[in-house]
Amino acid sequence: MQLNDMVNHTSEWLKGSGPNSDIVISSRIRLARNLDKLSFPHWQSKEQGELVLNTIKDCLQNNDDLKRLTFFNLDDLDSVEKQFLVERHLMSLEHAQKKGSKAVAVDNEEVISIMINEEDHIRMQVMQSGFNLFEAWNIINKIDDILAKELNFAYSPDWGYLTACPTNAGTGMRGSVMLHLPALVMSRAIDRVLAAIAKLSFTTRGLYGEGTQATGNFFQISNQISLGPTEQEIIESINGLIRQIIEQENQAREALLSKNRPLLEDRINRSLGILKSARIISSQETVELLSMVRLGCDLNIFNDIDRRRVNELFIITLPAHLQKRENRNISSDERDLKRAELIRDKLNNN
Amino acid sequence: MLCNLCNKNPATVHLTEIIDDQMNELHLCEECARQKSAAMEQQFGLSDLLAGMVEFDKPVTAKEKEVSANLKCPHCGLTYADFKKIGRLGCGECYNAFRRYLGPLLKRIHGSIQHTGKSPLKVTKVLKKKIDLQELRNRLQKAILDEAFEEAAKLRDQIKKISPEQSSP
Repeated sequence: MQLNDMVNHTSEWLKGSGPNSDIVISSRIRLARNLDKLSFPHWQSKEQGELVLNTIKDCLQNNDDLKRLTFFNLDDLDSVEKQFLVERHLMSLEHAQKKGSKAVAVDNEEVISIMINEEDHIRMQVMQSGFNLFEAWNIINKIDDILAKELNFAYSPDWGYLTACPTNAGTGMRGSVMLHLPALVMSRAIDRVLAAIAKLSFTTRGLYGEGTQATGNFFQISNQISLGPTEQEIIESINGLIRQIIEQENQAREALLSKNRPLLEDRINRSLGILKSARIISSQETVELLSMVRLGCDLNIFNDIDRRRVNELFIITLPAHLQKRENRNISSDERDLKRAELIRDKLNNN
Repeated sequence: MLCNLCNKNPATVHLTEIIDDQMNELHLCEECARQKSAAMEQQFGLSDLLAGMVEFDKPVTAKEKEVSANLKCPHCGLTYADFKKIGRLGCGECYNAFRRYLGPLLKRIHGSIQHTGKSPLKVTKVLKKKIDLQELRNRLQKAILDEAFEEAAKLRDQIKKISPEQSSP
């Protein structure tokens, strides 16, 4: 698959299906692995960087299960193309920005992504739609087994997989769940929930991963502890927390509906109205309004809008996606025009 | 009110800074505030937080201080001082080289220093023996703490069997 084919393709995790998909957008597991005896990416020489890249590339391309992955050497991509992959959650912003021998391998469904020479030699991730961490774990565990047959990983029996940053040592695993919590935000209960999450050694991030603010009522929750418990125990602990948050969001949604139904319906319908008729719109405003429309879909306030279409709009209205669609660089002002045009087209022509 | 930094745009962000007990009020426009917060984030990123945690391990005596500063990974050449500065290790071997200081750090980060998750499939017999031994030692420690001496004696014998030369916990 080429980058240009991805423009008109919906990633698996955006399909809006899977368990609890009214509140949980996606579930993601990532594993950090390093090759034994070789310097970590930030400390490696140019030659070592190339050696790591080529070793892992060979391993992927010679394996019957993994050779279907499309391999992108980051040196071959321009800045918009790199940003495009970041917007699709297939690689981190840090990976796109730093220099060095870097690559990312992705499957056609965009479930699997393997970054090479990010903070660690290998950062692999599996994304699933809805609340489905165990399924993501099953897939990634198999990929890890395949790689471990070919590659010698830096590992110690007491401290587990050894990573560039000691915060990732042990399992090298981070499980994240992306939640849409508009009712908790509207009823101002979100701060209490986030404070509780922080106390329990979990972290909250925004829609676009590490270092980003929570926007449009989206929150990504992940484990902080990676050494000590097993992978299953970590997933269980995240699941337990997520179940409680889902419960709280559901209660908040019910309370809003029973106390203030007309007000809520008004806000949701106005959001849809703006999206359907705006001529100029920023990405920030788009995310906020789409969040309301998504809530409308979840509460069955609209019957004629497909949740998958709304999910898709969150990604295809982002700057690099708009530019890739037009196949040229577009200024921020012109993007706001193009964005409004695309949204009108998608929402008015069902 | 205009922004204190650019003096062009209206100030919409109001910031109170305390530097050396001196309180400063800053009124900024959105753009300058964004730049300022990015600069602050850079000044105080994760590596600084980590470096801050490492500082807790400050060796007490001057001699020990010298020893830790000069500690160097024989494999990749990263020094312990480098690690304190950048918050990243140089290679897998660094974990061995700085073992003494990393143990307490890992304990503070994760609350544990014993991995129980999956291991690479290609675990050699030697490594497997090491893993088993570590597991038995942990159980022995726990048995002693719980005053379960019968269990402890059994575990001690098992450890002796696997590794006759290293029977002490």
